[in-house]
This record gives sequence, structure tokens and C-alpha cells, in this order.
Amino acid sequence: MLHKCFKCILTCPMLFVSSDTYMAFYLLQVQRIMRERFCHQKLPDKPYGLDSQYKHLLELLRRTAVHGESNSVLIVGPRGAGKTMLLRCALRELLELQEVKKNVLQVHLSGLLQTDDRIALKEITRQLHLENVVGDKVFGSFAENLVFLLEALKKGDKSSSRPVFFILDEFDLFAHHKNQTLLYNLLDVSQSAQAPVAVVGLTCRLVGLSPTDTSKLCEDKSVEEILQKSFNCSKDFRSLHLLLLLALSRVSVSNPTVRAADILEANRMSAADSKANILHGLSILELCLIIAMKHLNDIYEGEPFNFQMVHNEFKKFIQRKSHSIHNFEKPVVIKAFEHLLQLELIRPVDGGVCKVQREYQLMRLMLDHTQVMEALQRYPQCPTDVRQWAVSSFG
Amino acid sequence: MLAGLQCPGYPEAKLSSVSERLPCREGQAGTLLALMGEPEQYCFPSIFIYGHRATGKSHVILTLLKELEVPHAAVSCVECVSAGLLFEQVLLAMFGSESATLLPRSPSLSDFVRIYRQFCAQEPAQQTRYIVLERAELLRDMEANLLPGLLRLQELVDDNVTVILLSEIVWDKFRPNTGCFEPLLLHFPDYTKAELLQILSLDSNPSYSPELYSSYINILLGVFYSVCRDLRELRHLAALNFPKFCEPLEKGEAKESDTHKLWRNIEPHLKRAMQTVYLREVSSVQWEQQQMEEKEATALRGLSAHAHVELPYYSKFLLIAAYLASYNPARTDRRFFLKHHGKIKKTNFLKKHEKTSNHLLGPKPFPLDRLLAIFYSVVDSRVAPTASVFSQISSLVTLQLLTQVGHDDQLDSPKYKCAVSLDFISAISRTVSFDIVRYLYDFL
Repeated sequence: MLHKCFKCILTCPMLFVSSDTYMAFYLLQVQRIMRERFCHQKLPDKPYGLDSQYKHLLELLRRTAVHGESNSVLIVGPRGAGKTMLLRCALRELLELQEVKKNVLQVHLSGLLQTDDRIALKEITRQLHLENVVGDKVFGSFAENLVFLLEALKKGDKSSSRPVFFILDEFDLFAHHKNQTLLYNLLDVSQSAQAPVAVVGLTCRLVGLSPTDTSKLCEDKSVEEILQKSFNCSKDFRSLHLLLLLALSRVSVSNPTVRAADILEANRMSAADSKANILHGLSILELCLIIAMKHLNDIYEGEPFNFQMVHNEFKKFIQRKSHSIHNFEKPVVIKAFEHLLQLELIRPVDGGVCKVQREYQLMRLMLDHTQVMEALQRYPQCPTDVRQWAVSSFG
Repeated sequence: MLAGLQCPGYPEAKLSSVSERLPCREGQAGTLLALMGEPEQYCFPSIFIYGHRATGKSHVILTLLKELEVPHAAVSCVECVSAGLLFEQVLLAMFGSESATLLPRSPSLSDFVRIYRQFCAQEPAQQTRYIVLERAELLRDMEANLLPGLLRLQELVDDNVTVILLSEIVWDKFRPNTGCFEPLLLHFPDYTKAELLQILSLDSNPSYSPELYSSYINILLGVFYSVCRDLRELRHLAALNFPKFCEPLEKGEAKESDTHKLWRNIEPHLKRAMQTVYLREVSSVQWEQQQMEEKEATALRGLSAHAHVELPYYSKFLLIAAYLASYNPARTDRRFFLKHHGKIKKTNFLKKHEKTSNHLLGPKPFPLDRLLAIFYSVVDSRVAPTASVFSQISSLVTLQLLTQVGHDDQLDSPKYKCAVSLDFISAISRTVSFDIVRYLYDFL
């Protein structure tokens, strides 16, 4: 799938066209199609590389829809591996059959939205249009609704009732509901041969990562390196989509092909170290405070510190080594310290609860040694005495 | 210089007017426009924009969305105490008030998605809709499913919608433990000194030349740049102090070209501003009044300068005793406060490591008895332990000069901590001619 997708981008805009307007129109179509693929997760015709799983799922759902058999299945895979896509392809193919389309009822739930059994039950009742729903409002208490639902499901048998597909996204979150009432009841119904019910769960937990083959996707060495690195970090489609979208967004009439440079730039944008970016924008005073904290961490081996200690280190630097930094008043230094706290570069040790004066509240630095030193390298117009102080080992 | 913003989906005239309003942010605006693409196309389901405050994140995105007339909902998470307020504001902006009224009391994300789907089926999106959430770091403290749900809203509601999160905190601190849909990360870099100069100079007063204003901004940045790079703060300071800068020009004492004279006039003023207005010790109105009234520099009374608190005589000694009790270890009391303490071995006494200096670690709690013992030793006259002495301790607690440690209903042995700084207590001791430094263990 990756193969095809990538080849597609690199090869399709290579037409020689006569006029600019035609080019613009053409590029518009390309952008539209690509964006639907990357952003909207539009379904491909067939899921690639998952043939056996697809066949299995399709067969299972068909047996419920056509033959009235109850089934349950759990689809497990890491995020972005294609679970939802697999299911939606299977459903799409199944719904092409006229008898399935007329008969089958579908209930779609998500662990993210239906965070407890009460909400889930109301949603099921709504989606099945049971008699206790008027418009959008579901009447009755939780117990009444549950009884009603189970009665409705149990009343039927193979011949007279309609099969129901229960699709539970983020299945692991349902398992966290209190007493797991709903799950037990649904699975119980699917075991006892009454109304045919298929329970399909999708989850990303309990899984190891499956390797992806990055065989020669393009001729450019640097691009191949980037793709390899990105696959080493996160073996899922979504990060590839992100990278390709960033590259694609640079395509325009003046720049009609996706070149290696675009991919490189996209990689640079997505791989940027966010903390280093934030450190780049600090004022000199705030940077000095970070260096003072780094020294304290080095001397006292990572024990938490408070503002007084940091201020003490800073004052020692000002008195002994510095000529470019002005000796700022304590309140000004406190304001700089509080800015670092708001950026969450430092964190109070105990969540900042008790009645301790703010200068004595114990904190931890959320950066490590290498991050501070790298930030210092990139810092614009850093005074030399500050740089030397950072590099020196004690005091 | 970058060429103007280009995007085939929007008229050129609008794009050029937008780029005029976004100085020094053409690169970021261009990237955003490219990501947004044509209005009918899909955009990535969620985008996370991060950068320091006042780097133009909200300004750029909202200007783009408003000027190009893109359907959007802009919500600041500071205003949304509960998730329901957020949902209401989004539905109101997207579909009008009738959708917002359909939300039940304390709505969940499930209700929001349901109503959104309902209205979106009636009015499907012709263009991408955007939901902009400012101060997005506050979403982490709301319900646990809110952030992951919003990140994949496009999938949940099956509509052409994109959620844009703006924050000054980096994405690593947002990611939930169970993982979520990763948004597209975009960084808004901080302004360089030259860019700050360019943007601040846009505020220039029409009655003076732009070069004069530029030289003023240069002086301002010279004083404040090493402390603060926040554009909003600098603009505010620039606006407040410009009248004072122009004072010699008004009075005819100097001309526009006398840069050195103008600098000498304004620099001490700016330094004083750093200690007062910048720290919000005085309000801007007070600052402006002070500029107009006085000619010489008088000390402005800030909010935290409570050195002017007048305490009764024994209260001062109680406070001094409390300070000594907090910052001296108990084993040293004998040496300081007994008249005949005998020999004390020096080796145990001297502190070994600078870190254990109590002035760095903070005040320690002490029981009431120890306070009174030190008090009686420190006060020169004979004091009877009357109720008035004890009530003064309570009033010190009310004034927040002492803090009570431990439970309120612990009546038999209350513990206290001293909450004043060394400067404050030195000032107090000077008023009663008590040399406190001689009694402090850290200064031996």
C-alpha cells in the first residue's frame, strides 16, 4: 500500500502541459485526491496486505447477517495499522448484498464518546430506534433501559428478528466501565442463540509492533534514509501520511512536483525538537536561570531545588564571572522564574500544594544536560561569559 | 523578503491585505495556508501550533480565517470552566443558536458529537470548517476523553472539520498515556530583536518622526530585551513611557537629534519602570500620574513593599524571635540565648556544606514554647506572659508574617513558621536597635 501510494505521488504530476490554467486545474485534482487519502482516511478499494484477516472478518460478519449466527470478534493492532479501515471495507462489501442491506441493524459505539454504561446504553437505544426513544430523548432509568434492550434482543430468533452488528471502537475503554455491565450483557446475548448479534471490538492495547518493509521506495538516497528513520520511530501509516501531507502542501503551480527537497523540508518540520524551539525564545535572564539550575543538578545530583538556591547560584555568577549581565533585582528574577514555571520547564515536586513561600517551594528541572547544552549552541547572540559559565563544571 | 501569500482558492486582493496585517509572520502564514489548501479539500484532522506567548499564533490564524471568510469557531479554553461551555460555543458558532439549545445539562462529548452529526447532515460542509482552541493546555485538566476525542473529531462526526490547538506548552506534555491521534505540529518561532524593532515601530505617534520612535524603541529594547521578549509587555511599556521620553522635546530643552540627552533623560526612568510597572507593583494609571506630577525621582510605593507596616514594640520582638526560631537549628539556641552557656565544641557547630544554609532551604516550623523562650531572652525588659502577648502572636498570623503549620484544631502545641524575608526582618530589627545578624547561625 505504501509502495503504491508513494509511487503515485512521485509519478503522477509529471505531465508536460501547455497552459498554466490546465496545470492549476490538474494540480487541484491531484491535491484533492491526495488529501482525501491522507487527511480523510478515504477507504481504498481493498485493504492491502491484510488479505487473510479481511477474509476471516468478512466471513464472520456474513454468517451473522445471512445465516443468523451470533459471533464476537476483537480486532487488535497498533494505532494507525488499519483496523478501522479493515472493518469499514468489510462492511462496505457486505452491504452490497441486497438482503444484508435491508435487514442488518448497525450500532456504532466509541469508548472515547460513550465513557460509561449509562451513556452507552442510551446511545444503543437511540441507534436501534427502540420504542422508548422519542426524537432524541431516551426515557427511563438505566435499569429500565437495559431490561428493555435485552428483551428486544432476546425476543427474536433466527427466522424472525433482524441481525444486529455492535461495533465497539476503543474497546479497551469499555472494559474500564464500572462492573463492565454492558459488555457482559452484550457478549452474553451473543452467546445465547437468540437474536443474531455480532460484537466487533477494535483496540490497540495488548499488542507488539509488526515490522514494515521499506524496500526501495524511491531513488533518492536521502529520502530513503528519512523514510527508514521515520519507520524506525513509528511503524504506522499515520506518521507517513503526515510527512507526505507536509510535502504535498508545498506543491503549487510554481512548484508542481514533489521533489526530494520537499520531503526533506517536511521531515525537518515534523522532527523538530519542540523543547529546543521553546528554549530558543527565552530571554537572557531566563537562560541564565536554566544554566544555574543545570549547575545545581550537576552538583547535587538531581535533588530538587528552590528559587533561593537558584538565585544564589545566579548571584555568584554575576559577582564573580559576568560583565555583560546586569544585577537584576530579586522580584525581576522571580518573574523570570515564574515564566519558566508557566512554560512547564520546571515543575514543583509535590504539585505545589502546601503553604510554602514561593521562594522556598521545591522544584525539578524538566530538561536534561544535553538539551540545555544544545539549546545554548543554538541560542542567538549568546554572551560569551554566559556560555563559558554553562560549560564550566563548578560554580 | 518573501513574496506575497499565494493560494489558488482565495482572491489575490484578500491575500495581500492579510499579509499586510501579519508583519514578520509571512512564513508561518504561508505554511498554514498551504496546509489549509483549497476550501473544499480536506485538511489534516488536527493541527497543534505552539510557541511562546505573543508570537502571533492566535493573531495569524484568526486573521486568516476571518479575512478569508472561512467558517470557523474560535474558543479560548480559559473561558470554558466545563466542557459544556466549550461545546456550546462551538455549536453556536458553527450552526447557530438552535443547535446550542439542544445540548442537555452538563453535556458529554457523546452529546456534542450526536448534535453535530445531526446538524451537519442538514447542512453539509461546502468548505473545511475550523475549530480553533486557544490555551489548549487547559484541555488536559478537563475530562480525560475530551482531548483525544477532539483530535479525531473529523472521524467521529464524519465531516470536513479540522481542530486547531494553540498553546505555549510543547506537545510532549499533552500526549495521553494511552496514546491518541497525533496532530500536525507547527512551531511559531520567537521574534528576533530586529523583528521586534520592526513591529514595535509600527505603533509610532504621528506627531513625531518615525526615526525618533525607532531610536526610542532601541533604547527600550536595550533596557528590557535581556529580561523580557514578550511583544505585548514591550508594547505596553513603550506606550506608557513614550510621553516621558518626549518631555524634553515638548519643553524645548532638546531637539530630535539630541539622542544622547534624550537617552540620559529616559534611561533611569525605564530602570525604575522595570522595578515597578513591569512587576505590576503599581498600576499603569499610577505610573502615568507619577510621571506627570513629580519632577524628582521619589520611591513609588509598590504592593509588596510592606516595610511600612507599623508593628507594636513587643510584636516586633516576637517576629524577631520567630525568625530566629525558624532559621536557627534548635541545638544552637543554648549558645545564642543563654547568658552562661559554658563550653561548646566547635567541630559540631560549624556548618559543613553551603547547601544546608537555612536561608536557602527555607524556614523550619517551631513550637510555641520555643518561640516564647527565645522571646523572653531577646526582649530587654521583663515581660509577663499575659494574654496580650499571646494575642499579638495571633495577629502576626493574621498579617501573614507568621504561618501556622499543622491542623487548626490542634490547641495544645501549635507550630508556626516565619514568613518574612531577611531584608524585612533586618529593617524591623534596626528600628528596635537589635543586631539580628549576630544571632543568626548562617552568618557565624
